[in-house]
Amino acid sequence: MIDPLTWSCPLPLRDYPNVVLGHGGGGRLSADLVEHLFVPAFASTALARLGDAAVLPAPAGRLAFSTDSYVVHPLFFPGGSIGELAVHGTVNDLAMMGARPLYLSAAFILEEGLPLQTLGAIVDRMAAAAREAGVAITTGDTKVVDKGHGHGCYITTAGVGVLADGLDIGPDRARPGDVVLISGTLGDHGMAVMSVREGLEFGTRLESDTAPLAHLVATLLAATPGVHVLRDPTRGGLASSLNEIAHTSRVGITLEETALPVRPEVQAACDLLGMDPLYVANEGKLTAIVAPEAAEAALEALRGHPLGKDAAIIGRVTAEHPGLLVAKTAIGGHRVVPLQMGEQLPRIC
Amino acid sequence: MRYLTEFRDGATAQRLAAEIRRLTTRPWAIMEVCGGQTHSILRNGIDQILPPEIELIHGPGCPVCVTPVEQIDRALAIAARPEVTFCSFGDMLRVPGSGKDLFRVKSEGGDVRTVYSPLDAVNLARERPDRQVVFFGLGFETTAPANAMAVHLAKQQGLANFSMLVSHVLVPPAIEAILTAPQNRVQAFLAAGHVCSIMGTWQYPPLAERFHVPIVVTGFEPLDVLEGIRRTVQLLEAGEARVENAYERVVTAAGNQPAQKLLAEVFEVTDRAWRGIGVIPASGWRLSAAYRDFDAEVRFDTGAIQAQESPLCRSGEVLRGVLKPSRCPAFGKECTPRTPLGATMVSSEGACAAYYNYGRFLTAETSAP
Repeated sequence: MIDPLTWSCPLPLRDYPNVVLGHGGGGRLSADLVEHLFVPAFASTALARLGDAAVLPAPAGRLAFSTDSYVVHPLFFPGGSIGELAVHGTVNDLAMMGARPLYLSAAFILEEGLPLQTLGAIVDRMAAAAREAGVAITTGDTKVVDKGHGHGCYITTAGVGVLADGLDIGPDRARPGDVVLISGTLGDHGMAVMSVREGLEFGTRLESDTAPLAHLVATLLAATPGVHVLRDPTRGGLASSLNEIAHTSRVGITLEETALPVRPEVQAACDLLGMDPLYVANEGKLTAIVAPEAAEAALEALRGHPLGKDAAIIGRVTAEHPGLLVAKTAIGGHRVVPLQMGEQLPRIC
Repeated sequence: MRYLTEFRDGATAQRLAAEIRRLTTRPWAIMEVCGGQTHSILRNGIDQILPPEIELIHGPGCPVCVTPVEQIDRALAIAARPEVTFCSFGDMLRVPGSGKDLFRVKSEGGDVRTVYSPLDAVNLARERPDRQVVFFGLGFETTAPANAMAVHLAKQQGLANFSMLVSHVLVPPAIEAILTAPQNRVQAFLAAGHVCSIMGTWQYPPLAERFHVPIVVTGFEPLDVLEGIRRTVQLLEAGEARVENAYERVVTAAGNQPAQKLLAEVFEVTDRAWRGIGVIPASGWRLSAAYRDFDAEVRFDTGAIQAQESPLCRSGEVLRGVLKPSRCPAFGKECTPRTPLGATMVSSEGACAAYYNYGRFLTAETSAP
């Protein structure tokens, strides 16, 4: 684990302890960053050639291609940082199509004044996350904006992965009768970030679940051919992911509220703020919609992997109420779980 | 004792529902006053396990729903001032005034922040003497003590750059206004446990006696709400108009005396306009003369506020329990959660938003093969 406080800057970079506009200017300072920070950290031969584009071997078959931007604040939070998120987020988007992630690009927008020590720690964490996920960071870019025009560091990553032949996973493939699974507890990331961002103390430490899901997906796909839909319920939580699937596949989805895995400390924090774990972000969980006959094998495969040990069957796809997500409550009632207008807001009382 | 999970047990809930079914011999209309209880009823589907004779009417107890447009317009005007840092609880940011909401003011450059406690705003005022920090202090008796404490501390610490835009409302006058309305249908009330934890239950017996309605104080977990309904039905069926406390683990008859003392010092009773209902005499609090310097309405001249309520919106009748949301001509047409005409469609626990979401499900259910 790299600590931003103890991270030591490789020489030449010590000239400036903080990011200055020149680091994005394309001159000597930019080159120093690339040569002494990005190239050694990411350790990719394609990157080390320093061409205008990475030249990569083309795999056979179909490609999956995705991009995402990361603006999380604070940059470091319990269980992770913007560095892990920038790798995991894009790796997971590829994995949700059933793809094996191969290459990432990384573009940094840095705010003037960001300590190089902080940038170094973020980059080291990205490198470690990429190694763990088995993906290479092969090309990148750095821009610097005036102080006050950014929030320290924004990162955009794009990723390419390869799809096995015959694989057809997508949000339009849920069918009535299918079974809905979740790979673990809900809301860990969102409540961990909120606890540090807002200085809320819950008497216990909440940790982000940020993790790369490609290996978990590979394990699942090896166990059964019956996987129809995969989604990582990030922003907007599981409720938003399942609403989108219900809408795209023109089916209804019914959840068993008592089956949803939620850590007691996350539930308590949500209760305190009047929030619903179904709408809170996750960064290391997937929901899988599988054919009914594949459900048991899928559950077993997920539970056999460290990232899926708390996996559970949580609901069913139905022909009724198409387009709607409905939760069966603990006391035997039903409620519609709608798509939210924007972000979830803490309630007054 | 685990105070939450024990009060969410499904089997006990079913037993209570069966008991309510056994007690019920005729239709009853019960109003839950508090938005927190409305939220719990909708979130847990409590209304669906009750016998069809029991109608729950969602009352005017959501602070987001009843804060008048004029006051929101005033908040928008103050929040847009360059010297102001405007602090609010999160769910007020999306409530529309005449033209826009606080999110829009923020996007236009206003310094608008979500806080979790009014004391956070006081701390901010101490840290930033160069900013005028304004807190939007609204809600019922529940949120009032923390707001009173914030103003009290600001005065004690001599924070001249702190002020509060106060829009506090009170439950007992609202109950009285509902009961005296000509078309009133409400036969009994569930009183809000959190309000009573502060104020006690002593305000309610005169109302129960004068209007001959049972009032049962209860909490927010499914079993609290169901037990409150069970005891209400018991009283209704027996023809008894009494106040009962079904939330004894939190509420006492006298309430929180130090809080009441502070409230009496910081606030004074005033007439308040309720969104959709109109002015109810002596139904709210404003800062008392001793604290008037901290009143944002006094500190910032917002000029004449000309509030524009949609002429199509009939949320007042909804809040009084007279009109079912689905019977409103604008419901689901001009007025949806995406394009709300009134606050009852904005707040997730607003009666109109609830009907909109749940109604779609019911329609889908009945049309399913």
